[in-house]
Amino acid sequence: MSDAIDLLLNTSLWASVLRIATPLIFGVLGALLCERSGVLNLGIEGIMTMGAMSGWLAVYMGAPLLVGLMIAALCGAAMGLLHAMLTVPLGLSQHVSGLGITLFASALAYYLYRLLVEVGDLPPTIEAFQPLNVPGLSDIPILGPILFSQALPTYLALFAVAAMAYVLARTPLGLAIRMTGENPHAVEAQGLNPIRIRIGAVVAGSALMAVGGAFLTTTAFNSFFPGMVQGRGWICIALVVFASWRPGKALIGAVLFSFFDAYQLRLQTAIEGVPYQLFLMAPYVLSIVALVLVARRAEVPAALMAPYRRGER
Amino acid sequence: MMRLERRTHVPLYLVVIAPLAAIFIALLLAAGLIAAAGVNPLTAYGEMLTGALGSRLSITEMLTRATPLIFTGLAAAVAFRARLWNIGGEGQFFVGALVTAWIGHSLGVPGWIGIPLLMLAGMAAGAALLAGPAYLRLRFGVDEVVTTLLLNFIVILFVGLMIEGPMRDPLAFGWPSSVPVDGDFRLPDLIPRTRLHIGLLFAIAAAGAVWLILARTVFGAETRAAGLNASAAAFAGISLPRTIMGVALLSGALAGLAGSVEVMGVTAGVTTTMSPGFGYAGIVVAMLAALHPAGVVAAAVFVATVFVGADAMSRATGVPSFIADVIVALCLLTMIVALLFTTYRVRR
Repeated sequence: MSDAIDLLLNTSLWASVLRIATPLIFGVLGALLCERSGVLNLGIEGIMTMGAMSGWLAVYMGAPLLVGLMIAALCGAAMGLLHAMLTVPLGLSQHVSGLGITLFASALAYYLYRLLVEVGDLPPTIEAFQPLNVPGLSDIPILGPILFSQALPTYLALFAVAAMAYVLARTPLGLAIRMTGENPHAVEAQGLNPIRIRIGAVVAGSALMAVGGAFLTTTAFNSFFPGMVQGRGWICIALVVFASWRPGKALIGAVLFSFFDAYQLRLQTAIEGVPYQLFLMAPYVLSIVALVLVARRAEVPAALMAPYRRGER
Repeated sequence: MMRLERRTHVPLYLVVIAPLAAIFIALLLAAGLIAAAGVNPLTAYGEMLTGALGSRLSITEMLTRATPLIFTGLAAAVAFRARLWNIGGEGQFFVGALVTAWIGHSLGVPGWIGIPLLMLAGMAAGAALLAGPAYLRLRFGVDEVVTTLLLNFIVILFVGLMIEGPMRDPLAFGWPSSVPVDGDFRLPDLIPRTRLHIGLLFAIAAAGAVWLILARTVFGAETRAAGLNASAAAFAGISLPRTIMGVALLSGALAGLAGSVEVMGVTAGVTTTMSPGFGYAGIVVAMLAALHPAGVVAAAVFVATVFVGADAMSRATGVPSFIADVIVALCLLTMIVALLFTTYRVRR
């Protein structure tokens, strides 16, 4: 038992928290942006898979790492556009369309990977993002390795949180997006086009999700394999609710979740005699518990999942 | 400016044409991906057809694959009709399978009593697993999409825990497997010397039963009302919580039954790889069937044909077998668009 407490004081645990949180931060921001405009995007799991595959493939074929992230974002945006066209102008069920996108995007990612990559006994690898030491700051004891020795995408994720919070809360664009999620008829009355705003938000949100997926193959690991997203997309959907649709709280949620995930990984080896599956279950169970705790006071965007048709209520 | 206008009456020919058109367009789109693999799409689709329907053996394999899909398709159709988004078919399939293997390993009764008992046990397990998320939605307003999805991961881990621990089969080598059900509880073959078992008949009977429940009972009418307009249904005096919970129990039971029948009919023991996504594919089956029980049987046969055929086609041409998942997912997307045009018409 004292081992379990020792683990908590270990810097490498805390350093891994932000690393584990990075794909979730991108994913939860993407899901949040879609939902703030009124569209639930259950395509997230497949879009992250597509991002993981396409970003990795671009680098494998010779592109620089950052270009890989951009390719992933583009592929995610394309999938997002498909979801947006089905759910916004056509007004189809966001649940069913989203699941369809998840099935389609992951199947397409696996198909293209098998088609384009020669897989031997071991999956081929790329040169992944390395930890970037911020000069001066990374030498600070304890805090240095935790906060300032992360890979570039992790810093990008933190920047994205600040940018999303600023855009949503302080800019006319953010106001329009939030208003579209609350009352699209009012947006129309203001002379703006709620259909376009929703399509834009879903496309941009999906691009963010895909970058989260690409983090897995370009930073956390250096190869792609089927099933690697492992429900992280669904966790993000839960985190959005937990965060009451706010970027700052989403960051806190993702970090909290990742802390438990990092801790259970280490506990698996520290505590013997307990089946490892119980530890692996903990993050999923925790997500459900968190949902139950916040569900009562969730401030759901009022027009979430309500398709907007001009002149129809 | 084009706009959509709701049809007051949906002609029958549209109901039949919609899924066929959706499948045709999905196959057309997937043809591009097959061509990208350097294979003539017509050759590939030909190989798929012969692979799934070309011989007696391949037809029985396809129907064996269709059996659990009918159950999971029914599970999704029942739930989606009432707008209960049960995405947990995969988890419910596995708890049904696990409970069946667990009880069926050492149950000391004759087969004709044991098989129905084990099916009931599988149904109870699936129903119980979906009752949780349904309760959380009704009591706390927790979205069941996320909870049922997360439960799939929890259940798969739990299955792994059980088959590596308390339910481990000491005689299984290689991948861990649970203890098998007793030989008395293996479902009889429908056609000798094939894997096709009488579970197919159970599945078709289940489709008939679900159709009867939905079309001819008060409960069926209530679920339809709850799905069409929840507040109007409540205003008409239908207890929404009771209806939703009833739907959840029925839907979960059907998915649990899929696992139970698969264990007794095909695998005998439970492994974590025994389902190639039956729960998720059930959602596609239900949508292709436009949520109609009779359509579910046809749609399950179609999806099974794609999966079994794609394996054979992949061996013959080298096109990755993931093309089956692509085709099935594309069918789901084209089908929801096709359904839109059966309920709405385009007006200029």
